[in-house]
Amino acid sequence: MKKIVLWLMSTTTVLVLLFGYHTSTSSTNTASADSAVVAPVGDSTTGSTAASDDASASSATYTGDSADTRWGPVQVEITVAGGTVTDVSVIDYPSGNGKDQQINARALPVLVQETLDAQSADIDMVSGATVTSEGYLESLQSALDEAGL
Amino acid sequence: MTGPTARYVEQVMGMPISLALRGRHTDDTAARSAWAEAIDVLREADRVFSTYRADSFVSRLNRGEIDLADCPPEVAEVLGLGALAEQQSGGAFAVRRDGVLDPSGVVKGWAVERAAAALHALDGTDSCLSAGGDLLCRTADPDGAPWRIGIEDPRDPGRVLAVVPVRDGAVATSGTAHRGQHLVDARTGRAPEGIASVTVLADSLTWADIDATAAYAQGQGAPAWLATRPGRTGLVVWADGSTSTVTGDLSEAWTTLAG
Repeated sequence: MKKIVLWLMSTTTVLVLLFGYHTSTSSTNTASADSAVVAPVGDSTTGSTAASDDASASSATYTGDSADTRWGPVQVEITVAGGTVTDVSVIDYPSGNGKDQQINARALPVLVQETLDAQSADIDMVSGATVTSEGYLESLQSALDEAGL
Repeated sequence: MTGPTARYVEQVMGMPISLALRGRHTDDTAARSAWAEAIDVLREADRVFSTYRADSFVSRLNRGEIDLADCPPEVAEVLGLGALAEQQSGGAFAVRRDGVLDPSGVVKGWAVERAAAALHALDGTDSCLSAGGDLLCRTADPDGAPWRIGIEDPRDPGRVLAVVPVRDGAVATSGTAHRGQHLVDARTGRAPEGIASVTVLADSLTWADIDATAAYAQGQGAPAWLATRPGRTGLVVWADGSTSTVTGDLSEAWTTLAG
């Protein structure tokens, strides 16, 4: 149900635990140390594995503990075939729907419904569609940076 | 007020990185080295993730030259975020297109959030770090003067449509005002119609950025989808100039304002 199919020519399943910036380093170690060679996991990925016409590829499983994030425990599974990531699934993730009880609404930035002209607005930074380095020179943000206010 | 604001700009990852600092460390050694550190984090993210660099880990992954295990753990982390985003957007957002891995929709916000850590370590200092219009704000004093963030008018990028005060949080905008039509609904491969930009406010820039892109890809469905996202508020600007605001606490509530 939580499976996300990014690509379906997979033959090899790799389990990777990840998430949480603080766990980055440790998850590497987990991946390289424990990764080696475990049979493909027999859960939801079995279908695509079985359906594959290449049964001879070696498989490796990366496992680790579920990582705590500010949204709750998160675990992700990544499938790799021929050195290419072919599938990414979410094994465990706190409900993304509804209101997250953890979030302190008071701490959140809230949109203010006021419409102002750039000329009259006292603004520090501008959020807009991604500006390229070329486009930056003409952008409002560059004017702010230039002004050094 | 907290004194004059110091500004720094540098081009990284093909986009302008702008920093505003105010408070105790704005133009001293500590400030400059924090800025250098932040830029280093962004450059490193570019080296790892850029699809424009043939030697990046992601490019080599795409060519099948290396395995995920050969990559820094951040690659798996970012792909995992992309997977979550794809799941939670019903497939409108994806980190693969035409069989090619392209996590750039995740990387920017994620990288800026990491880069900002160096700035947040400056005591008594407010920071606002922007990468091409997606930004992360912090005030040293939780009750201090907020940063005032203008939301660009996608139809006239020299103007702002709204101003949002932000103390601790992120603002990200997706649209096509500067780069032309590059955002598509991953389910159809087509650009959404009728929508000009989506701005999302959240506590995390990683998710503000992802959600802005994912909402934009959904076109007309953007406000309704954003309203389901925990802790997000936002502004959708339509091609005709009208706007919809999404407020996080009023679940399905979004109101259409005159443009």
